[in-house]
Amino acid sequence: MTLLLALQYQFEWSVLWTAPYGRWLLQGIVTTLEISALAWLLAAALGGLFGAFRTMSGLGPRGLAAAYVEFFRNVPLLVWMFFWYFGVPQVLPATAQDWLNRHGGEFVAAVVALGVYHGARLAEVVRAGIQSVPPTQLEAALSTGLTVGQAYRRVLVPIAVRLIVPPLTNESLNLLKNSSLALTISVTEVTFMTRQIEAYTAKGFEAITAGTLIYLGLCLVVAAVMSRVERRLAIPGLVVRTEGAEH
Amino acid sequence: MSFDFGVIAGNWRFLLLQGLLGLGAFGGGTLALALPAIVLGFGVGILVALARLSRFQVLYYPASLYVQVIRGVPLVMVIFWFWFFIPIALGIALSQYGVALIAFVVFEAAYLGEIIRAGIQSVPRGQVEAGRATGLGYRAVMGDIVLPQALRNMLPSLVTQFIILVKDTSLASIVGYMDLTKAAQTVNQREIRPFELYLFIALVYWILTFGMSRLSRALERRLRPDQPVRALATDRIAGPARPPGGRET
Repeated sequence: MTLLLALQYQFEWSVLWTAPYGRWLLQGIVTTLEISALAWLLAAALGGLFGAFRTMSGLGPRGLAAAYVEFFRNVPLLVWMFFWYFGVPQVLPATAQDWLNRHGGEFVAAVVALGVYHGARLAEVVRAGIQSVPPTQLEAALSTGLTVGQAYRRVLVPIAVRLIVPPLTNESLNLLKNSSLALTISVTEVTFMTRQIEAYTAKGFEAITAGTLIYLGLCLVVAAVMSRVERRLAIPGLVVRTEGAEH
Repeated sequence: MSFDFGVIAGNWRFLLLQGLLGLGAFGGGTLALALPAIVLGFGVGILVALARLSRFQVLYYPASLYVQVIRGVPLVMVIFWFWFFIPIALGIALSQYGVALIAFVVFEAAYLGEIIRAGIQSVPRGQVEAGRATGLGYRAVMGDIVLPQALRNMLPSLVTQFIILVKDTSLASIVGYMDLTKAAQTVNQREIRPFELYLFIALVYWILTFGMSRLSRALERRLRPDQPVRALATDRIAGPARPPGGRET
């Protein structure tokens, strides 16, 4: 390990905007947003499906959802990254392996790992949201003559969605930050690019500080977008309790 | 497609003794990082929470900035940042263990601090006033009245965060620390059986975290809210009688 003495270190912030390193950082941002967006869609689909399953009375769907949530949520995402990238292709047929090798298997693996992991966490968010709708709301809806389907569609879902948005914001930010683990399977996202810049320039401190600020900025943007969504959905006079669901 | 779980039978000693417990030539170990990180992170987290609740702006603003920044940055970035920052700032290079432990304490204390702050705020204000009225100082009110009650309220989120911390220690393998994940990578370099190996350590992590969540559920049951605070008090000054009117909600 190199020993850098405190006052001998020469800061060289300009490496961040000299070619090609500035472009690498921009490319990293684009890739980070790409993986995060695709993984978010996968996670939302899985989370919505299994979250709804968990609130059902049937033992089959509920057990399936519980198994999915408990197993995928309780194992480090890093292990899942390695599992989906190194492990799963090992058991796939050779043609599928070839296809992955040619078409960026690391990108696919990162999206699947992130999506499945956060899907398990989102399922809990969705379950908590559905279960925090007071049962009296449904009873009131049914007593006004709505059918069960209508009561779900017009009463339960609209209230649950509003309960889900704040913890969903948390999870979306977590997903964005966790996309940094894709560096371990060499997806060229922000963290990977800052490590590359370090490898080429030995200016690790500057590169990592830039990466840190990029994530802070991206998180601020996502949080701002989500708070707009929250305000758009707000119903005047309806007080929504936002609690828990932060696992 | 072919499975060979013999690779687990042949290497479980290395994975568990070396990777999980750190008993081997490489030192390290997941638990050797997770346990001190939990204890230190919790200690620093209490200080962060107190600073965030302080009326002194010199404490409040730096603590709030710290919490907001850390929560907007991935843990890997924090680990890398300290990896490069410590040699520059201190002029010495720490071991992977040292860097990882500092990064974990700094990172987790921000999250734990927010949980502790919420827990402290969940204690009814009247408790503080009653404590002050009987002539107790800030430290006695905090230490003997507020924190024990707060701890009970925040136990579920606290344990959840500890579980996250245990999972997060896998990231120390990225800077070369020999934990469970790194042990699996090391075995995989020789055996090339990633599917079986990573599935196996996924199971080990799962048993670890599932065990923790079960333990916390048992703890929660013992500290049920309908039981008076005596469950946490060191001695039973209050006796078995329940306070009139029960607990405020």
